[in-house]
Amino acid sequence: MKMNSELLNRNAAINNNVKLSTEGVNLYYGSFQALRNITLDIPECAITAIIGPSGCGKSSFLRIFNRMNDLITGARVEGEIELDGINIYDRSIDAVELRKKVGMVFQKPNPFPMSVFENVAFGPRRHERHGHNLGELEDIIERSLHQAALWDEVKDKLGQSALSLSGGQQQRLCIARVLAVEPEVILMDEPCSALDPVATLKIEELMRSLAENYTIVIVTHNMQQAARVSDMAAFLMMEEDRAGVLVEYGPTSELFTNPKDKRTEDYITGRFG
Amino acid sequence: MEIRTTFHKKLREIQDEVLVMGSMVGKAITSSVKALKERDLDLAHKIISDDLKVNQKRFEIEEKCIQLVATQQPMASDLRVIISVLNIISEVERIGDHAEGIAKIVLMIGDEPPLKPLIDIPRMAEKMTDMLHRSLDALVKRDADTARKIVAEDDDVDNLYDQVFRELLTFMAEDPRTITRATRLIWVAHNLERSADRVTNICERVVYMVTGKMEEIGASKY
Repeated sequence: MKMNSELLNRNAAINNNVKLSTEGVNLYYGSFQALRNITLDIPECAITAIIGPSGCGKSSFLRIFNRMNDLITGARVEGEIELDGINIYDRSIDAVELRKKVGMVFQKPNPFPMSVFENVAFGPRRHERHGHNLGELEDIIERSLHQAALWDEVKDKLGQSALSLSGGQQQRLCIARVLAVEPEVILMDEPCSALDPVATLKIEELMRSLAENYTIVIVTHNMQQAARVSDMAAFLMMEEDRAGVLVEYGPTSELFTNPKDKRTEDYITGRFG
Repeated sequence: MEIRTTFHKKLREIQDEVLVMGSMVGKAITSSVKALKERDLDLAHKIISDDLKVNQKRFEIEEKCIQLVATQQPMASDLRVIISVLNIISEVERIGDHAEGIAKIVLMIGDEPPLKPLIDIPRMAEKMTDMLHRSLDALVKRDADTARKIVAEDDDVDNLYDQVFRELLTFMAEDPRTITRATRLIWVAHNLERSADRVTNICERVVYMVTGKMEEIGASKY
């Protein structure tokens, strides 16, 4: 099934500030409800952080935006989830095409066991129906590595195995790999949890520069990281039946200085966890 | 379940130290007016030297706040407590300076005969120190309502100041030989009036700490 990309593109201008939105989203894994009634609007070209205790459904929530939950047997999503005002769970939407627009970076850097060049070339080769010539591909790779703040470090070893890079470099390579297919949204699931502090700060700087052109949604356990990098922050927590609910959502500057909900306050000040 | 027990214990200790500092400064104000009433120059000297201890206390508290910010990444109300305390101790320290200022005026007056029995100046001191202690109590109790009420009480201190000023003006008009002594008493009253204004600043910080909103609650007449 082909994605109705024309439809997606045509509506890109609508809802100028809202890139992604959810309305009354419920997520089930079989009979277990993982998320309940989540409604929020994610602004375009900004960083939105999802925080909350372990098991509250942060990653599950992130994965609904590129339909990664489709890959899990028994997973079922209810409610509206829109990208540029288009329901991404509509039958006409091809999940593979969607994931080109909505890229994802994972917790552990997961470069393919191939060269740096081939890692970044992988996406464009796969998505481009007619194929790129080498010159075009080289341009894409250089641009993506520049954007991922990795070019200067790898430009002389594009042919080397990606596995020879440091953890921080590998993660930036994964970001370059996502950028190579020109996404609009980048989902990041704990992108720094396997990295040292310096590599973490580099990724955070990179995120800030990418946010000028991309919509970024990040799940992080690190509240200080959420406070440092994000523009908007959402706090999720589990209810009695272990379903995740949205407790509070607002500008990061407010959520971390003057949260409205006592549960948010208690969580971010370490009075419960 | 409380997780950051050590951090929150340190945060409470800092607030206790602010109370100690407030009590030092309140005592300094009371003593300065006592020294004025009783022409007690020794007491005046002691107030001046004790002010160094107040300044020292302020630095200690400030240092502890900086340590917590640097090492504990405080958030939300914890962050607001620390920021408020940093502002409050600077106001408290300045009140200490006003007490020192009064003590220095006492030394200037030396053993000159009193111009008149002191009535309203001790009242100002009493009112101002009461406001100070209650404002710091409101800090510890997270009581924004009380803090707002204390701000309104600054008018009482301003009215006493008006009264002192008018009365001393009459003395000066009637007998120019009293001008020096009367002017010095006006300086004393002014120090007390300013101290009460600083208490209103403390109260504004308490309101911020509790509500997260910065607001000018009441502008002093002076």
